[in-house]
Amino acid sequence: MADTPLPLEVNNITKRFGDTEVLKGLSLKAHKGDVITLIGASGSGKSTFLRCMNLLEQPDDGELIVHGEPVRFKSTARGREPADWKQVVRMRAKLSMVFQGFNLWAHMTVLENIIEAPIHVLGKSRKEATEHAGALLERVGLSHRADAYPAQISGGQQQRGAIARALAMDPEVMLFDEPTSALDPELVGDVLKVMHGLADEGRTMVVVTHEMGFARDVSSQVMYLHEGQVEEAGDPAEVLKNPQSARLKQFLAPKY
Amino acid sequence: MLDLQGYGPRLLEGAGVTLALAVLSLILALVLGLVTASAKMSHSTVAHRLATLYTTLIRGVPDLVLMMLLFFGGQIGVNALTDSLYDATGIDIFININEFVAGVVTIGLIFGAYMGETFRGAFMAVDNGQIEAGKAYGMTPRLVFWRIRFPQMMRHALPGLSNNWMVLLKTTALVSVIGLADMVRIAAEASKATREPFTFMLVVAALYLMIASVSEWIFARLQKRYSIGYGEDD
Amino acid sequence: MQALLDWLDGLLADNSIFTLQTLSYYGDGLVTTVQLVFLSLIIGLVMAVPLAIGRSSRRGVIKWPIFLYTYVFRGTPLLVQLYLIYYGVVFVEGIQESWLWPIVKEPFVPALVAFTLNTAAYTTEIFRGAIKATPKGEIEAARAYGMSPMLALRRIVIPSAFRRALPAYGNEVIFMLHASAIASVVTLMDLTGAARFIYARFYAPFDAFLFVAAIYLCLTFTVLYFFRFLEKRLMAHLKPLN
Repeated sequence: MADTPLPLEVNNITKRFGDTEVLKGLSLKAHKGDVITLIGASGSGKSTFLRCMNLLEQPDDGELIVHGEPVRFKSTARGREPADWKQVVRMRAKLSMVFQGFNLWAHMTVLENIIEAPIHVLGKSRKEATEHAGALLERVGLSHRADAYPAQISGGQQQRGAIARALAMDPEVMLFDEPTSALDPELVGDVLKVMHGLADEGRTMVVVTHEMGFARDVSSQVMYLHEGQVEEAGDPAEVLKNPQSARLKQFLAPKY
Repeated sequence: MLDLQGYGPRLLEGAGVTLALAVLSLILALVLGLVTASAKMSHSTVAHRLATLYTTLIRGVPDLVLMMLLFFGGQIGVNALTDSLYDATGIDIFININEFVAGVVTIGLIFGAYMGETFRGAFMAVDNGQIEAGKAYGMTPRLVFWRIRFPQMMRHALPGLSNNWMVLLKTTALVSVIGLADMVRIAAEASKATREPFTFMLVVAALYLMIASVSEWIFARLQKRYSIGYGEDD
Repeated sequence: MQALLDWLDGLLADNSIFTLQTLSYYGDGLVTTVQLVFLSLIIGLVMAVPLAIGRSSRRGVIKWPIFLYTYVFRGTPLLVQLYLIYYGVVFVEGIQESWLWPIVKEPFVPALVAFTLNTAAYTTEIFRGAIKATPKGEIEAARAYGMSPMLALRRIVIPSAFRRALPAYGNEVIFMLHASAIASVVTLMDLTGAARFIYARFYAPFDAFLFVAAIYLCLTFTVLYFFRFLEKRLMAHLKPLN
C-alpha cells in the first residue's frame, strides 16, 4: 500500500430497485489527479453508480473508502444503511457533487450559494469563505453575477456557479453527474472549459458524461457501463479508438 | 339516543336550516359569480370596473359587518323604498328582511365575489383553439359556450368551487349572530341553559365535519366526471 | 393639537352620531382588533413552524395527531371554536372562585386562544404545502455537501418554504383580520363591537356599519400592500431579470 491513501475507492457495489438489479458489482479506484469518466447509454447505471459514491443512493452491498476511511454500514429492516450518519456527513463534505440540474438553492444569490456549506458544514468564518468564493467566481468567469439569484442567470452560468460551489468545499474528489446534459448546446463549451481547467490543475474527478470529446481529451481512465456492469475500461485513447465489444462500437458510432 | 337533554331534535332542525341556508347561498353565489366573471372578461370598461369594485369591496370588509349592514340596514332601506313606491303609485307592499333572507343575500353576495375569481381563472384556462374549432364548424356563440367552454371550464373551476363551498359552509355560522336558529345558535342556547358547552359545541363541530366530508366526496366524484379525457387528475 | 381637536369638534358638530365620544369607541375598538389579530397571528406562526415540520414527518405518531388538529380546526367554523372555548372556560366548576377568574373572565383571553389555535391550524397547512414544494434537487444538493438533516432543514428547506408561503400567508392574515369581527359576539369591544354598540345606541345601521367597513377596508389594503412589498423584496429570486 502507498503511504498516502487513495482519495476514493469503491469495491463491488451492487444496487437494486425492486426487482431490477441496476448495479452488478462495480468497482473504481481514483488516484490523486485521476479523471475518470463513466459513459454508457441511459439506463446503464452510470448515474446511480456515481450517486452511490456519496450515498445519495444506498448501495445494497459493497465497500466505500474515502481517503482511507471505510464507511461503516449496518443492516436494518429496510436494508443496509450507514451505521454512523455523522461519518457520512463528514465523508460527503470531502466529495462534492455537481448535478445535471445545477440544484443551486433558489433563495440565495450565487455568492451565498458558494459560502453556505463552507460556513455551516466546514465551520469557516464568513470572511474567509467570502474571500475564497471571490477567487472561485473569478476562476469560473462569474464574478460579475455574484449577487444574482439562480433564476436570473443562464443555465451555463448556473452550472459554473455550481462548480464554484463544489470547489469551495476543497474536495478530495469532485463528482460530476452529467453536468452539461441540461444545457443548451451553445452553453456547453464554457462549462467544459472550466472542467478541463480543473483536470489540468490536478483535481481528482469522476465524471458521468455524454461528451465523448471530453472523455477522450481530458480523462485518464474511461469506463463504459452496460446494464450495471463494466463492459470495457481503460485508457481513453485505447478504449475509444479501438473499442473491442460490439456494443461499445455501436455506442460510439456516429448517429447520423 | 340523540336526545341530548331534549335539544337533539332541535339541533337536527338547526342542521337543516344550516344546510338550506348554505345551498341557497351557493346558488346565488354561483349566479353572481358567473355574472361577475363575464363582466370582468367583457370589453365594456364600465362592466369591468363595476365588477372590480364589487370584488374589492366584498373582499375588504368582514363577512359579519356586511351581514349586519344588510340585516339591520336592509329593513330600513327596503321600507324607504316601499314607502316611496306607495307615495308614487298607491301600491302598498311590505317586504320583510328576516334573518334567513339577510343570511342568504349576504353570503351569496360575499361568495359571488370569490366565485367570480374562480370562474374567470377557469374560463381563461380553456384552450382557445378548441373554441375556434367550434366556431369554425359553424356553432353559434351560445352553442360554443354550453357545449365546449362550459364543460371544460368546470374541470378547471371545480377545485376552486369546492374550496369556496367549504368556506361558505363555515360562514353560515355567522347568521346565528343576527338571530337565525341554525345549529350554532341552538347549540349556543343549549350550552348556556345546561351549562354543558362541550357536549353541544362538539356535536355541532362533528356535524360540520360530516357535511364537509360528504361534500368532499361529492366534489371528488364531480371532478372525476369532468376530467374525462384527461387521465387521472392529480 | 388643541386647535386640531377644536376643528374636528366643529366638523362633527353637525351630526349627532360621530362625536369625539363615539369616535373614541371606534379608536379603542381599532386598538383591540389590532392587538387581538396581531397577537394571535404571531403566536400562531410560532406554533405553526414546528407543527408543519411534524406534519411533514414520515412517522405516523407525529404526523397523524397534527393532521387531526388541523382537520378539525379548519373544518369547523371559528365561531363554534370561540363558543367552545369561551363557554367552556366560563362553566368550568369553581373557576369563578379561582385565581384564574380575573384573567379568563375578560373575553379577550378566550378569543385570543380560539383565534390562535385557528390560525395556527391554517398556517400549519400553508407551511406544509410550501415545505412539500421544495425542489428535490435543492435538498439533494444540501445532503451532497454534507449538511445534516437538521442543518438542511434550517438553512435550505425552511427559508425557501417561508418565501413560497408568503402569498398564501398574506391571505391568511387578511382572513384573520376579517374573522376577528366575531370576537364582538362574546362581548369584546373590538371594531365591530364598537359599531354594534353605536348602532344600538342611535339605531343608525348605515352610519355605524359603513364607517366600520371603511376602517376594515383601510386595514385590509394596508396588509395587502405590506405583503406585496414583502413579496417584492423576498421573492425577487424567483423572477428572471427580464
